[in-house]
Amino acid sequence: MSGRIHSLESFGTVDGPGVRFVVFVQGCPMRCAYCHNPDTWSMVGGTEMEASEIIEQYERNKGFYKGGGITVTGGEPLMQVDFLIELFTLAKEKGIHTCIDTSGIAFKPDNKAFVEKLDKLMPLTDLVMLDIKHIDPEKHKELTSQPNDGILAFAAYLDEKGIDMWIRHVVVPGITDDDKYLFELGYFIGQFSNLKALDVLPYHTMGTVKYEKLGMEYKLKDVPAMDKKKVIEKKQVILDGIKKRRAEKEEKDPS
Amino acid sequence: MRPEWKDFVGGKWENEINVRDFIQKNYTPYEGDESFLAGPTQNTTDLWNMVLDLQKQEREAGGVLDMDTKVISTITSHGPGYLDKSKETIVGFQTDKPFKRSMQPYGGIRMAEKACSDNGYTVDPEISEFFSVHRKTHNAGCFDAYNPEMRACRSAHVITGLPDAYGRGRIIGDYRRVALYGIDRLIEDKQAQKESTGRVMTDDVIRLREELSEQITALKMMKEMAASYGCDISKPATNVQEAIQATYFGYLCAVKEQNGAAMSLGRTSTFIDCYAERDLKNGTFTEEQIQEFVDHFIMKLRCVKFARTPEYNQIFAGDPVWVTESLGGVGVDGRPMVTKTSFRYLNTLNNLGAAPEPNLTVLWSTRLPEAWKKFCAKMSIKTSSIQYENDDLMRVTHGDDYGIACCVSSMVIGKQMQFFGARANLAKCLLYSMNGGVDEVTKKQVGPKYQPIAGDGPLDYDDVMSKFTDMMEWLADVYVNTLNVIHYMHDKYCYERAQMALHDRDVLRYFATGIAGLSVVADSLSAIKYAKVTPIRDEDGIIVDFKTEGEFPKYGNDDDRVDTIAHDLVETFMKMIRRHHTYRDSFPTMSVLTITSNVTYGKATGNTPDGRKKGQPFAPGANPMHGRDTKGAVASLSSVSKLPFEFAQDGISNTFTIIPGALGKEDQVFAGDIEVDLGK
Repeated sequence: MSGRIHSLESFGTVDGPGVRFVVFVQGCPMRCAYCHNPDTWSMVGGTEMEASEIIEQYERNKGFYKGGGITVTGGEPLMQVDFLIELFTLAKEKGIHTCIDTSGIAFKPDNKAFVEKLDKLMPLTDLVMLDIKHIDPEKHKELTSQPNDGILAFAAYLDEKGIDMWIRHVVVPGITDDDKYLFELGYFIGQFSNLKALDVLPYHTMGTVKYEKLGMEYKLKDVPAMDKKKVIEKKQVILDGIKKRRAEKEEKDPS
Repeated sequence: MRPEWKDFVGGKWENEINVRDFIQKNYTPYEGDESFLAGPTQNTTDLWNMVLDLQKQEREAGGVLDMDTKVISTITSHGPGYLDKSKETIVGFQTDKPFKRSMQPYGGIRMAEKACSDNGYTVDPEISEFFSVHRKTHNAGCFDAYNPEMRACRSAHVITGLPDAYGRGRIIGDYRRVALYGIDRLIEDKQAQKESTGRVMTDDVIRLREELSEQITALKMMKEMAASYGCDISKPATNVQEAIQATYFGYLCAVKEQNGAAMSLGRTSTFIDCYAERDLKNGTFTEEQIQEFVDHFIMKLRCVKFARTPEYNQIFAGDPVWVTESLGGVGVDGRPMVTKTSFRYLNTLNNLGAAPEPNLTVLWSTRLPEAWKKFCAKMSIKTSSIQYENDDLMRVTHGDDYGIACCVSSMVIGKQMQFFGARANLAKCLLYSMNGGVDEVTKKQVGPKYQPIAGDGPLDYDDVMSKFTDMMEWLADVYVNTLNVIHYMHDKYCYERAQMALHDRDVLRYFATGIAGLSVVADSLSAIKYAKVTPIRDEDGIIVDFKTEGEFPKYGNDDDRVDTIAHDLVETFMKMIRRHHTYRDSFPTMSVLTITSNVTYGKATGNTPDGRKKGQPFAPGANPMHGRDTKGAVASLSSVSKLPFEFAQDGISNTFTIIPGALGKEDQVFAGDIEVDLGK
């Protein structure tokens, strides 16, 4: 079957381990104020591509992807879960490392049909990079136009399935850099044993050009880029939260 | 065994000139990391600061600090020159002082005069007179033999960058021979070679005997030059310092006599390492001392200078010497040829700072030791000063003792050389084919009066291809024959006696042609095939522009529809080249490698059907046109890698620039294993 694809990047180096073939899917329900790919929001448009075409493009240059693999990002990959199942089935037949870079927004624990599909997809998935925009429900909604309960539940779901998880968090000055919430975020993700890495990304302003091109208003136009040195401190706050949770867990269950 | 060779493993190399055999029997592969490396000594830092100061003075003086206007440069023309004799462990400059450029008129007196006058100097009138009246130069010889068609092609830049007024370069002497054998033994060998020539005095035999005599003279002069620095190179080197010094003297003789378009060093690090390992074991030198010798050697290579004109510097985008040194690679027996001294060479980028020269070139193989790969990557990120070439590809035909001349031209050291042949402008050739040989810029009839494109309708792919193929046949013919003239005259009037003295008697000569504008032509043909391209004519009916409507596949996106066109162009033109007689039975090859001159070639070329405007630069080498590769680096590289190496054996280059952030997270701060962060 075909997916709606925004674009392909044959040399992805920041979306998962190694050099990766990155598939940007078209369509996302989130409206994150700092999104640098607003051109992937629309649920219509993009190019229809067969899963087999994508695997074929990967395979012809597979020499470049030793230690890497395929990452599907977007857009929101989980909005096209049927397509992902086919794509990853083909990928696994070829022994390709598979990764989904997602906001988790599509996950609704009560949506049985969707969860059933995810149950099929997960055994085909080697790594999920889950981008938690904000730990606080209200602030999350303000920032992204969507609630975060499903996203947090998705982290628990991945833990239960034993799927390796990287947490990504973008630090935006004045919006997502409050130590209180960063610690809370760390405390929350500290409970999961599938958590393998933490990607803390400094907010940059390179996306603004796209908004201008698309004739869209950029909500954060007065927000400066995040100081990279400060991000190191912010990462430490999240790590402190993780440590606290893990210490508590050990007390309760000293295995 | 000779006392200088004590502790080395013997073999064939003792009884014949065979450096490769010596290396293979004696080198120690190193699989470890860079932690053993030593920093700069105080002397190194002091000397390097002097060089930096001279560089600053040179820039402030407008690019040239001093030029010789009276003494014609030969191996022995200048007395010794120093930075600070008490601190230099490796000595020798081209003239009697650092940064003073030598005068080398054998390539062409006008070029030598102009190089001086453009920099505010005047060549001694007696020398000008001598080389205008009494002694012919290479340049004068070429113009005596050129026919009008060759001259027209040259002026119109459909053949361009020809080495007919300057040294052809691209010849690498086996400078290591000086260290391993000493000059006396090399002279004996050359004398035996002279004895071994045929007795019937054909042109070839006469030329060979004369050349061998020239080589013997050069060897004697090398010894004399070294003696002026207080060094005796008549016998083999006894330790690593002497080995580096002797190797450098060999190279120094080459750059004293040849102002070549590329004066490369070869593949010396693993050879030098045999001595370094022996000295470390014997306690002769410490790591710090050995690094100091290497640093001083590299420092000298960074000080090689030539007198050149601003036009020359424009073609080559600067004042490059192309002191290419090839590092690493894998032996034919499967052992990596990375040694500690390979690391020491790269470490000069730490100890002296980043620099474009020498052009440190890593012969890359998937089978290189991991620690070496990591060190290369680290030094690349830090200095942007390392070039990479595919050893797995070149080893197949060249074995494990080849080096790179200039940027990509591979040749077996001491056994092969090349006749550098610049390049043919295929983009211009495409336009000639549409205009019946009329130049689109000068409006002159340069090519043959073949049938031009008729009518004003959209271009027909088959029609254009048929005309283009005919025009390429013509271009290959006039191009090869022009080069035949050039190399005949270079051998006659500007022979590289020092470099050839460090070669075997019978060398394989590559006849290195090249093409420019590959991606322009590939995209243009793709536009004609897949979109609608309508020619626009000027008042004389000459096609000077194109209206291109619709989408077409562009080279650089891993799209076979256009990548095949690029592939076929390379194969077709090479096969045309092969049909012609080449001077001295040389072996024709081709390159796709204009790294800098793509700018000047573009300047001389009119509008092309791909949408490139008149005067706009071509893409460098085999690169896709700027901004047309939209699927990322792998897709772009994949298009380039489809070009057939067998038809472009002189090399295919791709210039790759990427912002560090796009190569991965800047460091482990932003991405990392959580267990490490948590201190477990």
